[in-house]
Amino acid sequence: MTDTQVAKPAPAPDAPNNKSRESWFKGDAAEPMRRNLGLVGVLIILAIIGIITRPDLYGDATWVSNNVFTILQQASAIGVVTVGMTFVIIGGGIDLSVGAIVAIAGVWSTTLATQGYGAAGMIFTAIVVGVVVGLINGVLISYGKLVPFIATLAMMVAARGLAAQISGKQTQVSANDTINSIASTKILGIPMLVIILALVVAAGWVLLNRTTFGRRTVAIGGNPEAARLAGINVKFHTVLLYALSGLCCGIGAIMLTSQATSAQAAMANLYELDAIAAAIIGGTLLSGGRGTIVGALFGVLVFSTITNLFAINNLPTEVQNMVKGGIIVAAVLVQQFRYKSLTHLLGRTKS
Amino acid sequence: MSAPQPRDGEVEDQVASETPAAAEAPVVLELTDVVKIFPGVRALDGVQLQVRAGEVHCLLGQNGAGKSTLIKTLAGVHTADEGTIMWQGEPFAPANPQAAMKAGIATIYQELDLVDDLSVAENTFLGHEDRRFGFVRRGAMARRTRDILARLGHPQIPPRRLVRSLPAAGKQIASMARALSHDAKLIVMDEPSAVLAHDEVGNLFRIIRELTAQGIAVIYISHRLEEIREIGDRVTVLKDGRTTAANLPARTTPTRELVNRMTGRSIEYVFPPRVAPEDTEVLLEVRGLSREGEFADASLTVRKGEIVGIAGLVGSGRSELLETIFGARAADAGTVIMDGHRITTVGGAVRAGIGMAPEERKSQALLLDEPIYKNMTLSSFATFATVGFTDTGDERKAADKVAASLELRPRDTGRAVRTLSGGNQQKVVVGRWLIGGTKLLLLDEPTRGVDVGARAELYQVIHDLAANGVGVLLVSSEVPEVLGLSDRVLVMREGHLIHEAPAGDLDEATVLDLVMAGSLLEGELA
Repeated sequence: MTDTQVAKPAPAPDAPNNKSRESWFKGDAAEPMRRNLGLVGVLIILAIIGIITRPDLYGDATWVSNNVFTILQQASAIGVVTVGMTFVIIGGGIDLSVGAIVAIAGVWSTTLATQGYGAAGMIFTAIVVGVVVGLINGVLISYGKLVPFIATLAMMVAARGLAAQISGKQTQVSANDTINSIASTKILGIPMLVIILALVVAAGWVLLNRTTFGRRTVAIGGNPEAARLAGINVKFHTVLLYALSGLCCGIGAIMLTSQATSAQAAMANLYELDAIAAAIIGGTLLSGGRGTIVGALFGVLVFSTITNLFAINNLPTEVQNMVKGGIIVAAVLVQQFRYKSLTHLLGRTKS
Repeated sequence: MSAPQPRDGEVEDQVASETPAAAEAPVVLELTDVVKIFPGVRALDGVQLQVRAGEVHCLLGQNGAGKSTLIKTLAGVHTADEGTIMWQGEPFAPANPQAAMKAGIATIYQELDLVDDLSVAENTFLGHEDRRFGFVRRGAMARRTRDILARLGHPQIPPRRLVRSLPAAGKQIASMARALSHDAKLIVMDEPSAVLAHDEVGNLFRIIRELTAQGIAVIYISHRLEEIREIGDRVTVLKDGRTTAANLPARTTPTRELVNRMTGRSIEYVFPPRVAPEDTEVLLEVRGLSREGEFADASLTVRKGEIVGIAGLVGSGRSELLETIFGARAADAGTVIMDGHRITTVGGAVRAGIGMAPEERKSQALLLDEPIYKNMTLSSFATFATVGFTDTGDERKAADKVAASLELRPRDTGRAVRTLSGGNQQKVVVGRWLIGGTKLLLLDEPTRGVDVGARAELYQVIHDLAANGVGVLLVSSEVPEVLGLSDRVLVMREGHLIHEAPAGDLDEATVLDLVMAGSLLEGELA
């Protein structure tokens, strides 16, 4: 600990004592940015593979713009669910019940009784059901002291069961035109579902990066004991995180219902795994305390682009799943490598 | 601090007054001028130690005297940089813990390294299972474990019982069974009595006597003098990584002599001059605070601008007391009143103006990968926010101001806390409460893992705080630190506050005596 050390420049060549606006893009925000650039690179590579394999389709500009919206629309419901999941994971938890919450919210909002209340009643029901199920998760974890994995695993099974019970294992067709038209409506040429996704992602980004709620989330996930001893109500906040995840599931349920003009107990199958995978390859640390909303969005886009790539090449989904698995492993390996080299660098400059 | 000081660096060997029983036994372990250097500190700086077969050799020394480093060197965790270690007549330099075990030196650490969900037998033979064709011979292992347990005087413990289900004393016996399974000739015990109830200690001593009767040597570390008197044969005292007295007879050496050998450490403690505040208003009042098994009936007050220090050993209940005052642990009985508010939760404590710098900085206080300023505002970022939207610009300005007043290095508050030195990390934790406008600061081991230069700075920070009217309640294992910093000192021993006096009326030897022996030996202390 000498004065010469103090004079040494920071390891990052950028950000020499950055001031307000500049610090948005540099300093501690720079690392996630770089990671997102990597994911953008992956998307570009996937697009190039698309161009090479189907030059006939990519020659048609209208097809290309339509296809981009197809990809975004496919990503919309799972994208909204992933935003909630990202909050839960950054806060040090996990939510295995998101797919089941989407199903119970979708089924509940499409029962004949609920449909009688019109579109507003259906949307209200889906959101309330989502939030309430999330609250139950949160209370079980915070105050019942259940491990998040177990609590939400139980909820995953139970909520699907309840959804099957309510629907009588039948597909419930939505007779509400307003709901059904959400998926087909476009505003200024942009599909409504994509706009909803954009709004949720923007709201999620603001919530995580610009509010006390987001700060508490990062603190609790990063070091729950330190957060507690700093006076943060860790238990209450944890409940809110699962409720937020439930809220996103409720929104996602309406989006999926609109796309299919129906809901059933088996809808949103394996969404929990897709959402976790997207958050992780987007740079969210599974142990909590670190993660970005934008990264998670890119994670979702990578997956839906792969799905699209296989679809336009008429390849079977089995192969697609294998590739997805490979990408998850590769993304985490790259992350670990980055993190190690980063800490190595910091360790070196310290001594 | 006017106790008679021993001559520095000289070792007084009192071979003449050894207990007769051990005198004829051959020397099994001999350390000469052993040195172990860690970056920036000579943790061992010339250790002499001589252990005979069948004796209980006690190691005495204050926190930081080098006891842990010494036993880790014997256990093969560290390698000595200089000096010689002779084990059974041959030079000894174990490359790893397995090698030390194989050579016959077993170490029982304070935190027992048992696997809770394995059986006693499986723990006993962990790492050297009895195998045939790759299959573990469970029956044979259980039989051998039963034999060892019988040797330890505990044939009633079933070898197949899960360690988890054993009481603390039983776990310790399982640990010793493991040591014996290696056919240990020397067993090092690091504060074995710390986790035991009183009657269990007697049992432990019976086992130690049986072991030594079989010719096994024991190195016994404890801060409790009465135990050393009861079980020990000879005592070696360490100070600043150096042997200050070797082979003193455990039963007959006067307490004053032992304490003097441990005190007067040469580490420079630079304490700023201090004038205790006149009768200011009482900030914190604790009455009859108790927690089952941790501490009982603790009452104390802290005034505005006053520094109150609690001296006590690890495990005396001092950290638990501090955390209970802060609302982080629920009290079984008693009240904590801060500025007229009853404190029962951390949130309430923070609102009433209490801040705490906990014992384990990294795991209890810091978000290591987050920038300095966010760590500093961890308890106050909501007060900078407008309807839930944070204002990192203002947060950063406030953090920069506090960083400047604490002379934080580096000053750039955008840096991740992980990159800071221990002393500067501690400043971040203290700074957190300065931003919040805290009126009372609870400091648990504020200088642990902090180098000497940064210590002096922290001491200055604490004094400046008090000068500005902040009350400080601090806990430290380092007696000179408690004495040098505080206006008033409380001594805690085995869950009870046993003594209270102005710091000026106490010296290091007296406090050490109270902390270790529980009573002032008036006749012995000059």
